[in-house]
Parts: sequence; C-alpha cells; structure tokens
Amino acid sequence: MANENQSATAQQSDTDQLISTDPGGGGLSEQSDNQTVDSETESVVQSQNLDVYYGDTQALQDITIEIPSNRVTAMIGPSGCGKSTFLRCINRMNDLVDIARVEGDLYFHGQNVYDDYVDPVALRRRIGMVFQHPNPFPKSIYDNVAYGLRIQGNTENLDAKVEQSLKRAALWDEVKDRLDDSALDLSGGQQQRLCIARAIAVDPEVILMDEPASALDPIATSQIEDLIEELAEEYTVVIVTHNMQQAARISDQTAVFLTGGELVEFDDTDKIFENPESQRVEDYITGKFG
Amino acid sequence: MSNTIDLSGDRGSQDLREGIYGVVFFVCAAISVLTTIGIILALVLPTLTFLGEVPIREFLLGTQFSPAIQPTVFGVLPLVFGTLLITVGAAAVALPVGLLTATYLSEYASHRRRAVLKPLLEILAGVPTVVYGYFALVYVTPLLDAIPGLELGTFNALSASLVMGIMIIPMVSSISEDSMSAVPESIRNAAYGLGATKYRVSTSVVIPSAVSGIASSYILALSRAIGETMIVVVAAGQSARFPDSISGLLNSFFQSTQTMTSAIVQLGTSDLAGGTTAYRALFAIGLTLFVMTFVLNVVSDVITMRYQEDYE
Repeated sequence: MANENQSATAQQSDTDQLISTDPGGGGLSEQSDNQTVDSETESVVQSQNLDVYYGDTQALQDITIEIPSNRVTAMIGPSGCGKSTFLRCINRMNDLVDIARVEGDLYFHGQNVYDDYVDPVALRRRIGMVFQHPNPFPKSIYDNVAYGLRIQGNTENLDAKVEQSLKRAALWDEVKDRLDDSALDLSGGQQQRLCIARAIAVDPEVILMDEPASALDPIATSQIEDLIEELAEEYTVVIVTHNMQQAARISDQTAVFLTGGELVEFDDTDKIFENPESQRVEDYITGKFG
Repeated sequence: MSNTIDLSGDRGSQDLREGIYGVVFFVCAAISVLTTIGIILALVLPTLTFLGEVPIREFLLGTQFSPAIQPTVFGVLPLVFGTLLITVGAAAVALPVGLLTATYLSEYASHRRRAVLKPLLEILAGVPTVVYGYFALVYVTPLLDAIPGLELGTFNALSASLVMGIMIIPMVSSISEDSMSAVPESIRNAAYGLGATKYRVSTSVVIPSAVSGIASSYILALSRAIGETMIVVVAAGQSARFPDSISGLLNSFFQSTQTMTSAIVQLGTSDLAGGTTAYRALFAIGLTLFVMTFVLNVVSDVITMRYQEDYE
C-alpha cells in the first residue's frame, strides 16, 4: 500500500516535469524525491506490448519488459534484432526517424511516454543517452560537458558541475589542464568518457547506452565497463551490446532479443548465461548462431 | 609456363593514346590559367601607363571622380565607396535571410519540401541580372518611394542594393545549407539526446559546426556583390559621390551612386577615344576591383581550410 502511494506521488510530480519545457524547472528536487523511493524491485521503465515499425518492416514485436532501477540491464542479440530500436523508444529518439511508428505502451515512472502531453525534450532531460560512436560536439571539452546544463538554463556553479561530471566519468585527471582544448583532439576512449560525462552532467535518472564500447580498443573498453558498473550505483543503466562477454561482465539483468524483433528471455544475467529457459537463447549464447 | 602468358598487351598504341589524352587534358587546364594570366597582364599594363599620368596617390586617395569634364579628376574612392555602399546593403539582406533559409532547408524542412524548395531557390540565381536591374528600377524604387518620409531619387543605392541582396540569397543559402547538411547526424543526436529542442540544436550545434562553410558562403556572396554590374548600372545611376559627413553617408543610400563596375561600363561605352587617360582609368579601376575580389576569395579559402572541422 505504502509503496503504491509513493509511486502515485512520484507519478504526479513526473507529470509536471514532462509537460514543462521550462529550463531548470525544479527538476533536481523532484529527482531526489524519486531516489528516496528505493525499493529493491521498483521498475523505472516498463513496456507493454510495444511494437515498432520502420515503414512496412516490423522492428519490434510485442515487447513487454520491466527495467529495474539502479541496475545495469543489458540488451543482447544478433544484428537487426531490434535491441537498439527498443533503447531509442525509451527516450523517444525514434521520433527523429520519419518512418518509425511506435504502437503499444512504454512507461517511465508509470507515465506513458507516448501520451500526447509528453514533451520528448523534457523526457530526454531525465533519460540520458550515450551512442555507439563517440560524438562530442566540435567544441571545447568544458563546453561539451556544460552543454546540457546550459540548455536547461542551469548555469549555477557550472565549473563545479563540469568538474564533478568529468570525475564521475573518470576523465578529470586526463583533461583537467586542457579543458579549453577541442574535444575532437581526445582519443576515442576519452571522447566516449566525455560523452558519458556530458550525459551525467544533467543528472538524469536513466542512462541509455547503445553499444558504447564497440568502436573502442580493449583498454578503453575496459575503462568504460568499469565506469558503467560504478554508474549503476547512482543511475539506472540500460546498455545495448552485441558483445556477450561484456553483458555477462557488467550487467545485472539481461534481455535477449532474437531476429524479428522478439524479446525471447529476460532474467538475471547469471541465469541467462548459465541456465537459460529457452533453447534458442542457449543456442545464441553458446554461439551456435548469431 | 610463364612465357605462354602474354603480359605485353598492346603497350605501344596504349602509350601513345595515354600520351595524347594527357596532352588534351593539359591544354584544357592551361586555357583557364593562361586566360587569367592574360587578363592580369591586360589590366596591369594599361594601369602602369595610367599611373604614369595620374599619381598613384591621387588615384587611390582622391575623393573626386570626374573623368569626362575638364579638368579631369581620377580619384577612385567615390567608386570604392559606392561599391561598398551597395555591398553593405546587399549583405544586410542576403546574409541573415540566406542563413535562416539554409537553416530552414537543412534542419526544419521535410525531405520532400527541401527537394522542391532548393531548386526553386536556385532559379533566383539563374535570373539574368539585367532583369533584376529593371525590377529594382521599375518596381522596387516606386514601392520604397511610397514609404512616407523616404525621399528617393529615381536612381538610388537603396533599391539596387536590396535587389542585389535578394539575388545573392541563393548563393548564401545554398553553400551554407551544404555545409550544415554535412554536419554529422550523430552530433545532432547527441544534442537531441540531452533534451535540446530543434531550435537549440540548430543554433548551438549545427550552425557553429558549419561555420566555415557559412563564412565562405558569405564571402563568396560579397565578392559577387562587389563585382555585380547590371543591377547598379540600371538602378543605381552614375553619380560618383564621396560623403563628407555621417549624415551624408546615410543619405547616400537614397541617392544615385556609382560603383567601380558601373564606372567601367560608363568609361567603356562613352565616346572617349582609346588611348586617353580616361580610357586607361578603366583598367586601373578594373585592377582595383580584381584585387578586392581576389583578396576576398583568398580569405574565403583560408577560412575554409582553417576552420573546417574534422570529425574523425
């Protein structure tokens, strides 16, 4: 009962937040509200019977899933299985694709993010994203991290926030003496950590990562992986990867998508990798296909 | 084994053909280079003779230009002023409108709309300039003249420069749009992912990232405006003026003015005999104009090379 009550109030305040595009409209205080709702099993993102089409092609079929907070949830599966598409539904990045069409429901704290009143801009301010290829802006390191804060009009203590974000992204020591240098001068691994710093600077609740290490060398990859595990202490992380070892190393839960946009199995990562329910998942995990 | 495989092909005739192709291509490439050199010589030689008759100081710093009436005076400053006046007016129209047009086409318009609008806009660039000139003289000047408090001459700089600004909008928008479209989608997605609105993505990410292309579109458009002839000949008149006060400067927009290009036309089409100082002044003005646009083009190249972002 108490739990229901709490989520109802969280829902209330979230409604305000998602409608408002007013920069910096008290988002931080509400967020701390949400973080006090700390029951072990609370789910932040839920989808129900979610279908996605690109033109006539169906990319996701009837996806129902609950993603728990403050965990790392991995989405694995062969190329074209729809795992990235699902990730992009969560913060409505698919809106930017003209031919994409989403049916079914996707909830963030109990609110359907595809409801008419929801402003994707407000949603994306609470659900950050890190992309497959490092994509820093052609601006200075400092301006990259400050970007999200500036567009929210949240420029108090900017220096401190930039520093804190770079520290949390384990990049501070490498860049503290050259914050004004162009971000494009950094190595690929540094650029990706910068992108993570940029995403966490605005203090989102959820961080979506779309194969964040696939363009990086092994050392940079392991730095990113360590970072992801640390981030899960404060954030809900959803990561798409087609590196199964990576999913096994860093995630708490794993969702397996298979060709055709179907979610075949979703369970604790240990269970998925050691004793999956489905024969198809076992075949995929053991490398018989995909 | 190996001597059964013929690797010689028909080398002899191939070498000959390749040689001929090389020569043909070189000659074509040489035509434009030689022409440029020829033009420079054709400008420089009469200019040198001219500067023997009129001291360079008097030419470059003189504030009076009166080639036809005795005593003749050949100060180029009024013409430079007229040219800059028209260019500034044209820039005031074309630079902002062109950039906003490019932003619309690149960021806001749907694929279908862009496919229709872009070619339509480029038609503007294909209208003969003499048509623009009469458009300015016959339609725009009377329209502006109807504004209360605006005292316009039949020939005036304002109308000519506004219409010239419209003429060069496609240059600005087309080149700017190309460089904005070249900004990688991944960078836009990064900004959208941080909760930026489309306007914010355009102004804080796309335009700054495309700044080198936008700057060179500006400079190319300005250099086009400086060299433009027919609009000013038809609509701006032939009175070389150099203002002696700030109010005179502003007033110049409402009066007839003469640019370097229209002075060249005037000198070249009047019944001045070849071989006179006034005739040679034409080349000196032409060389000045050439140097100005050349410098602008070099600046544009430098900006493109220096500030082009390498996204790799």
